Amino acid sequence: MLIALVGNQNCGKTTLFNQLTGSNQHVGNFPGVTIEHKIGQVIGWRDYELVDLPGIYSIRPYSGEEKVTRDFIINHKPDAIINIVDATNIERNLYLTLQLIEMGKPMVLALNMMDELLGNHGSVDINKLSERLGIPVVPIAAAKNDGVEELMRVVAETAESTNKPRRIDFCSAGPVHRCIHTVSHVVEDHADRVGVPSRFAATRVIEEDADIIASLKLSENELELIGHAVLEMETEGGLDRNAALAEMRYRFIEAVCSECVVKAHESREMLRSVRIDKVLTNKYLAIPTFIAIMGFIFWMTFSVLGKWLSDLLALGIGKLTDIVDVSLTAYGLNPVVHSLVIDGVFAGVGSMLSFLPMIVVLFFFLAILEDTGYMARVAFVMDKLLRRIGLSGRSFVPMLIGFGCSVPAIMATRTLSSERDRKMTMLLIPFMSCSAKISIYAVFTAAFFPNHGGLVMTCLYVFGILVGILAAKILSKTVFTGKPVPFVMELPNYRMPSLKTVLLLMWEKAWDFIRRAFTVIFAATIVIWFLQTFDVRLNVVGQDSTDSLLAIIGTWLAPIFAPLGFGDWRVATALVTGLMAKEAVISTLGVLMNVGANLGSAALGTLFTLPSAISFLVFCLLYTPCVAALAALRRELGSGVKTVIVMLSQCCVAWLVAFIVHSIVGVIV
Amino acid sequence: MTLDKLPIGETAVILAVGGEGDLRCHLLDMGLIPRTEVTVRKVAPLGDPLELYLRGYTMTLRKEDAARIEVRPVEEK
Repeated sequence: MLIALVGNQNCGKTTLFNQLTGSNQHVGNFPGVTIEHKIGQVIGWRDYELVDLPGIYSIRPYSGEEKVTRDFIINHKPDAIINIVDATNIERNLYLTLQLIEMGKPMVLALNMMDELLGNHGSVDINKLSERLGIPVVPIAAAKNDGVEELMRVVAETAESTNKPRRIDFCSAGPVHRCIHTVSHVVEDHADRVGVPSRFAATRVIEEDADIIASLKLSENELELIGHAVLEMETEGGLDRNAALAEMRYRFIEAVCSECVVKAHESREMLRSVRIDKVLTNKYLAIPTFIAIMGFIFWMTFSVLGKWLSDLLALGIGKLTDIVDVSLTAYGLNPVVHSLVIDGVFAGVGSMLSFLPMIVVLFFFLAILEDTGYMARVAFVMDKLLRRIGLSGRSFVPMLIGFGCSVPAIMATRTLSSERDRKMTMLLIPFMSCSAKISIYAVFTAAFFPNHGGLVMTCLYVFGILVGILAAKILSKTVFTGKPVPFVMELPNYRMPSLKTVLLLMWEKAWDFIRRAFTVIFAATIVIWFLQTFDVRLNVVGQDSTDSLLAIIGTWLAPIFAPLGFGDWRVATALVTGLMAKEAVISTLGVLMNVGANLGSAALGTLFTLPSAISFLVFCLLYTPCVAALAALRRELGSGVKTVIVMLSQCCVAWLVAFIVHSIVGVIV
Repeated sequence: MTLDKLPIGETAVILAVGGEGDLRCHLLDMGLIPRTEVTVRKVAPLGDPLELYLRGYTMTLRKEDAARIEVRPVEEK
């Protein structure tokens, strides 16, 4: 059984998904849909797979996400839909419900946040609401896991009995009613052929849904009939086609709510949000608070919590390496294999794993910001600034995620409704230094700025942003000359983040990182070790030999980087492996310098001066993200050629900026 | 008058939603339809966008888009 989970943004959809599927979830792709969905097997319901569809407000295509939901329900024919609705914001949430009901699939309404509504002296007559809507309604409190079992029981019953909604007609007598019925009759045969209810086809046609109109293949004659019906409705009702249908739905909802719902007056959560916003979106305090919050997060990640955990883990890995090293020597293992294990695998994977805590800590904080509702405020506060570089406040959230990892950030641009904004945001995301680069910064700042590590890292982040702003200015004047999208966004009430959601997200990121450590990085370190251990005639050479295969490749590339101050073949090689994953830069340097995870000032001092270390950091900050990010970019841009152009231009920008920085710092120092 | 001219903290009733295309439809879907009460809660620190309150929830809208929405201020009760 395939169950689709659909609902507005900020209604607790992810929380419910996590409650229902726990950790049995994975990202899956459905054919014909470019977007990745989370799919999970429902705990305790073996044959039930739940698909988490994007949070949307309407079926009408506004951004790509509405389209995905509409097409998923039409093409993949889920056995049932769970429509999750925020009971504290029921009017607007039911708007989507009415559109979903028109689609004629077995459907259950999960009325979420009932605890909050009841706590504020509100109530809902569940039976009456269910009767008026013609679908089962189950009150739940997803965050507390209340009612979730009952929900699944009702969902199973509905899916198995294939009970469709008992009514799909929400208009009262009048011009809109007449128009919808006329159009329904006209499109009936076509709708049957496509496999959608004629009422759904009719409202989509009246609302000028281009995809649906095209798929129905209406004749000239029929289109003319529909045009007449719509014109009659517009002149008689005094509202144009779009407003008339929106009004019809909201009037029905208002009537239902006045019968079934006692609204809470000024809920505690709303009042609390207003109070918090007195500070967080205050005219004078908003921006300083934002900077302070981000500063605190970076400080915790790079100087305190994350760093402490990373150091601890590095110590453990170091000890383990020593033990293995000693026992392998005692065992008398072949020196080449010994070198593979210690200098290849342990040095490469080990040094990378020690950065895991920092990345997890950063994602922990970003998840909290997202979950509490603060990210939406940041978009609200920053909208005007972003408009100056030709974007909207909504682009800010994907960019912030970019500080964690470019891959989810690039995917998060899907919430943007204009192609122009999406593409421009995707191109700017790599300027937001991703967490994988932390490993490079950490090692270099420890070696060259032992007492100012946090400061230098912050400067790097700020510098990345500044170059990004410059790039945006240039892009919006040249490639992307259109207008930015309108900024229409809900500001949800502040909520306590759900521990389960945050932990699951951290686990997901950590697992992703570990998987990469043992696949991409593992392979990379072995390849590097191989290239480094053998010469062209496959004779074993020393770890730091200049005859090795790797040295030959590196030497060939090194002159490109000479003007930047780091023309050594080992650095060039490390940068190439950095394309696999940014953490590989450090692991490769460690292997090439023959020091493993103990890459410190002693080793780096032989390769870098202070100016060249700075220019190296700048180059790493700006050059092409890893293959995973490029793959994500390719998927979203839908063009390999464009992706290659983007990749090459990033390398050129990085080279140029690093060159300028190297020259300037060289003069000062 | 238009919504962008409504003083902060005041409530008005929507008379007509102007503009065109996807944005207008999106506003209609979000419940900004004629006869709906809407309050201007706040202006963002940098002077734009607006924070609106309607139908029990809060949303943002830029002034240039709010200028397309005709409203009639509601007298204080």
